[in-house]
Amino acid sequence: MELRNITKSFGDKKVLDKVNLNVKEGSAIVILGPSGCGKSTLLRCINGLEKTDDGELVFNNIKYGDEKTNWRNIRGQIGMVFQSYELYPHMNVLDNLLLSPTKVQKRDKNEVKEMAISLLKRVGLDDRLKSYPHQLSGGQKQRIAIVRALCMNPKLMLFDEVTASIDPEMVYEVLQVIRDLKNEGMTMIIVTHEMGFAKSASDHVIFMDSGNIVEQSSPNDFFSNPKEERTKQFLNKFLHL
Amino acid sequence: MNLNVDYMISIIPLMTSAATYTIKITVLGVFFSFLIGIAGNIVYYYKIPFLSGFFKGYTEISRNTPIIAQLFFLFFGLPQVGITLSGFVCGVIALSFLGGSYMVEALRSGIESVSKIQKESGFALALSKTQILVYIILPQALRTSLQGLFANVIFLLRESSLIGAIAVPELMHVARSEISMFFRTEEVLLMLTFYYIILIAPISIFFTFLEKRLRYAR
Ligand SMILES: Nc1ncnc2c1ncn2[C@@H]1O[C@H](COP(=O)(O)OP(=O)(O)O)[C@@H](O)[C@H]1O
Ligand SMILES: [Mg+2]
Repeated sequence: MELRNITKSFGDKKVLDKVNLNVKEGSAIVILGPSGCGKSTLLRCINGLEKTDDGELVFNNIKYGDEKTNWRNIRGQIGMVFQSYELYPHMNVLDNLLLSPTKVQKRDKNEVKEMAISLLKRVGLDDRLKSYPHQLSGGQKQRIAIVRALCMNPKLMLFDEVTASIDPEMVYEVLQVIRDLKNEGMTMIIVTHEMGFAKSASDHVIFMDSGNIVEQSSPNDFFSNPKEERTKQFLNKFLHL
Repeated sequence: MNLNVDYMISIIPLMTSAATYTIKITVLGVFFSFLIGIAGNIVYYYKIPFLSGFFKGYTEISRNTPIIAQLFFLFFGLPQVGITLSGFVCGVIALSFLGGSYMVEALRSGIESVSKIQKESGFALALSKTQILVYIILPQALRTSLQGLFANVIFLLRESSLIGAIAVPELMHVARSEISMFFRTEEVLLMLTFYYIILIAPISIFFTFLEKRLRYAR
């Protein structure tokens, strides 16, 4: 996945300013940055929830993002998980998982169901097949939301502050799922405020501020030896929390 | 009050056939109103240019003119230009024309209650706009709109009592003419109330049942 000079404004407010980013296959990138700096917008541009004003998106060596883009095809290959889970409240867990694979990808229901169950087993929720979202905790809902995206067989996963609304004691179980995904070689872009996770589970850390990438480096360098002043300020805030 | 029970029993067949007429006209009116409600919301959802304006105009007219005016137009006005419709057809059209705008609004509030990000999560999972409407928005919207839809059904049942103005044999009209012939006002009014309660009760039970069935969240 590659972003070249991606630019995006809302009205006359520039939210992304010529952002360049290269995500190698199989790598996990963490994006850090203060609230409002454009992290969500960046992820949303990648799967077309926001249309870019300028720049190029490249996925699997194919440019996309212009008017001719078949967004549904792109979205079928790029999974996204939101802070607020967004499970469908009127459907039980299984139906949540089956909807897109059967209706969009036209896959066989039993095949998807088998896949869904084995994924649920891995996140420890295979006994929740018939539960409704309101019967689940935040951590459980988020693990289901991740499984729902995985049922599409995505090649890239986008995570937008997926632990931000979850009770602290349940954050771990969600992060563990993402960590496992990384170990299996999933390509991921992860927006988070979990510094420990960023340090231990990512291949590359990006720091954004006001629509720009200010600094990027390996997690070790980033946390032990930040170069930019703004990065230092940001990290200090977290240390003194 | 000295009620003549024998008289009340004697008008049961008459009142029952009038109630049947009221049911028929209301059921059809509710059915077509609901279709208009769905149609209007489809137009709004896809932002279809010309039709969106059309539905806005229609809503204004439908909400701001009394059903009597619409009835008279259909029943007395149209024959002037050579279109003659039966009283029953006029009643169904007027009721649907009135109810349609109410159904559009009731459904719309339900549709708008589904959050933007919920829809986006559907888009992120590669669903089409139509699939999002069918599988995600409508099931949630119908549940949210249920109270409003119920209120509209009762409203249309009540409004059907005005259709007697063009002399069709619905409950209210039959009761009125019965009173004017035999002057047994108390008996007839009591029976009339009884019949409307009989009509409303199953609707109420039906919606309570639906509400229970659809209660998945919280
Ligand atoms: N749909 C929108 N319309 C107008 N402004 C928006 C919209 N979405 C985001 N913004 C603005 O863009 C900026 C970046 O937002 P966002 O990408 O959500 O930041 P982050 O995820 O880093 O907190 C913010 O100032 C926000 O107010
Ligand atoms: Mg955000």
